[in-house]
Amino acid sequence: MRNRITGIATGVALSAVAGFAVLANPASPAHAKTLVYCSEANPEGFNPALFTAGTTFDASSRQIYNRLVEFERGETTLIPALAESWETSEDGLTYTFKLRPGVKFHSTDNFTPTRDFNADDVIFTFDRQRLEDHPFFNVSGGSYEYFNGMGMGSLISSIEKVDDMTVRFQLSKPEAPFIANLAMDFASVLSAEYGDTMLAAGTPEKVDLDPVGTGPFQLVAFQRDAVIRYKANDDYFLGRAPIDDLVFAITPDPSVRFAKLQAGECQVMPFPNPADLDAMRADPNINLMEKEGLNVGYLAFNTQREPYTDTRVRQALTMAINKEAILDAVFQGAGVSAKNPIPPTIWSYNDAITDYDYDPDAAKALLAEAGFPDGFKTNVWAMPVQRPYNPNARRMAEIIQADWAEIGVEAEIVSFEWGEYLKRSKDGEHDTVLLGWTGDNGDPDNFLAVLLGCDAVGGSNRAQWCHQPFEDLIQAAKVTSDPSERTRLYEDAQVVFKQEAPWATIAHSRVFEPIRKEVKNYKIDPFGGHIFYGVDLEG
Amino acid sequence: MSAFIVRRLLLIIPTFIGVSLLAFTLIHLIPGDPIDLIAGERSVSDERRAALEIQFGLDKSLPEQYLVYMTNVLRGDLGQSIVTRTGVLGEFFARFPATIELSILAMLFAIVVGLPLGILAGVRRGSTVDHVTMGVALTGYSMPIFWWALLLIFLSSVTLGWTPVSGRISLLYFFDQVTGFMLIDALLSGQRGAFASALHHLVLPAIVLGTIPLAVIARMTRSAMIEVLSDDYIRTARAKGVSPFGVVGIHALRNALIPVVTVIGLQVGILLAGAILTETIFAWPGIGKWMVDSITRRDYPVIQGGILLIASTVILVNLTVDVLYGVINPRIRHAD
Repeated sequence: MRNRITGIATGVALSAVAGFAVLANPASPAHAKTLVYCSEANPEGFNPALFTAGTTFDASSRQIYNRLVEFERGETTLIPALAESWETSEDGLTYTFKLRPGVKFHSTDNFTPTRDFNADDVIFTFDRQRLEDHPFFNVSGGSYEYFNGMGMGSLISSIEKVDDMTVRFQLSKPEAPFIANLAMDFASVLSAEYGDTMLAAGTPEKVDLDPVGTGPFQLVAFQRDAVIRYKANDDYFLGRAPIDDLVFAITPDPSVRFAKLQAGECQVMPFPNPADLDAMRADPNINLMEKEGLNVGYLAFNTQREPYTDTRVRQALTMAINKEAILDAVFQGAGVSAKNPIPPTIWSYNDAITDYDYDPDAAKALLAEAGFPDGFKTNVWAMPVQRPYNPNARRMAEIIQADWAEIGVEAEIVSFEWGEYLKRSKDGEHDTVLLGWTGDNGDPDNFLAVLLGCDAVGGSNRAQWCHQPFEDLIQAAKVTSDPSERTRLYEDAQVVFKQEAPWATIAHSRVFEPIRKEVKNYKIDPFGGHIFYGVDLEG
Repeated sequence: MSAFIVRRLLLIIPTFIGVSLLAFTLIHLIPGDPIDLIAGERSVSDERRAALEIQFGLDKSLPEQYLVYMTNVLRGDLGQSIVTRTGVLGEFFARFPATIELSILAMLFAIVVGLPLGILAGVRRGSTVDHVTMGVALTGYSMPIFWWALLLIFLSSVTLGWTPVSGRISLLYFFDQVTGFMLIDALLSGQRGAFASALHHLVLPAIVLGTIPLAVIARMTRSAMIEVLSDDYIRTARAKGVSPFGVVGIHALRNALIPVVTVIGLQVGILLAGAILTETIFAWPGIGKWMVDSITRRDYPVIQGGILLIASTVILVNLTVDVLYGVINPRIRHAD
């Protein structure tokens, strides 16, 4: 009898397990040409002007919207988009854009456009972000971090509609990177007509929640933490996308993204786990794409603190770092040694500069000359998080610590929670700090002025370095519209930078993106975005 | 009974205040604030920071912030997410059904497998079956969820192709969410194969999330069975000639279930905690993943609101379990 009970209990348990485990694969309905992208997180929203995360831009500006000018897919070159052409005045203060005719906004359940894109849409887009009395300024929380972060608020003094297809920007000062700024995500053009319609209906926030753009894809549905669906825009001004549907399957864990890619549940995935790269290379169904990242990882010396006020100390400590060891141990082949503060993919990169050689003896001699024959005590701040420009700051700090010990400099490794780390390093509480930068717009100004300019001291200039000869060069470049002259100024600035050594430049990382073999014509975006217009699926 | 329920409901008030105070204090003890994290390497100017602090209500002192927050909560307003600028309550209820659906399936799996295993081990105490069952249960209990999930994905999804890797339903199906419960919505949609696809997607996450409760239930059932089976009344029942099935299934099991039900109730908290990892791995759009994201972004209103709502759920479930005691065992009556 005990056997009967045993039998029943075993039977129930086994059938339950079986019931869970053996569920037939459901039949699949017929489908169009659908590309599935395993994205890494939820977008914060669908109006790129309101947010700063790349994930949000992937889901909004890069599929749904267009800008006046854009970057060529996979490049940092600027090309006309919603603007067909533009002219700059002699004094560099006036930019006049000729707009592209016949561009249509998406039709959605909420809104059917009655007119094509025109100057009103451009004015609506920028006035919303810069004019506090604009009816949309405060809608959806109204903080425009990128617009303000790029200094656009104070830069644009007026925007004027010359005629329906011509718009004129008046700047408060000459700013050569202005055109590149307009290609950034926050400058995505929204429909003024949609704005008016929603305002009249009393639901202005819908403009940000249910996006209407001019882009190659139109949003169909968003289920938080699960999936975003888009369909190809039949009326796209550059021609309909080769795929019919685009789906973002939101999958936060990189190992799971890889499993989905292997199982064919998605065709493109971002941000692979470095440990999975070899398995990806070995997989016959996967094509592991790679490209140089538009970034730089650096160690900034706090130039307002002793002994880093002395250029010789900074140079000596730079010479003492064995960068090859860092590239091997930290980047594991996914990085190249950096000698300049801008990556080689940016124009004006000065390749003539020679880097400081790794030379502990020379470093020791230079330290002695600076008055520190026995070295000194200092600290190295290591970021608590993995960033594109530095996959393992802790390990990097340990190598630097060991290298400096060789020349008698005793370094303590310090770390804080990420938000705290950013804040304290901004305030200059460090001796030396590991950090980095990923470019926004492919303009050298976006590295050299943002990270090393005098205005950025106490902000994103972690070396707290304000050096007049360098500052003069980058300021001159900002107000020059002649590209060859700008190139020369930035090249010279890099020479000054290398001589003064406010940073030890460490590395530019490489970006990896595994895609399935059936995906054709996908290009890695140097800005770290994921763009699916032009991508096709075979078979 | 009704007085008991009222008393327990009243106890919720101090618990609620305690939880909210704790959540509020702990979150603000974590260094770093949302503004720094939004700005990243870029960093914000002091003026911009001041403006944002006013906008997010972070310019006030902590006690003031707490009072403002609790006043709003009492009005039913849990505030807005700093990151997405949408209402916390709306975001919670958009995700809660997904977590509930997964938790129910996980619990079902844990009970349906764990209970018989526990009974089996209890009845055949000391046998090989007992040792194997308890060994497996201990392994299940000690297994890191993260590792277990990846192992199952690798075996079942990548190598054997039996189950989907992640998600709630095949991307080929697309319909409006009516209830938020994918199984129900799939049925309502009337699309062929949608329900099976939704169920198919639940298999791995439910097994992973149900593993720890399964182990706990099996072990608890076993020890309760052993204890009850040695009682006098069982011997009497046997002596009277009641069939062994009757002895175990009717007389022993009912009494043995009391501690098991308690444990099942307590597992709800564990399920919600486990859901954080399970949901992250299986890209399951529930509240666990939502909470993790909000903590890394210091999205205070979401963390606070989320903790309050989760705590309320756990409190309610425990109350239900207490009430259930009386139903299962008439000897336990809640004195008025």
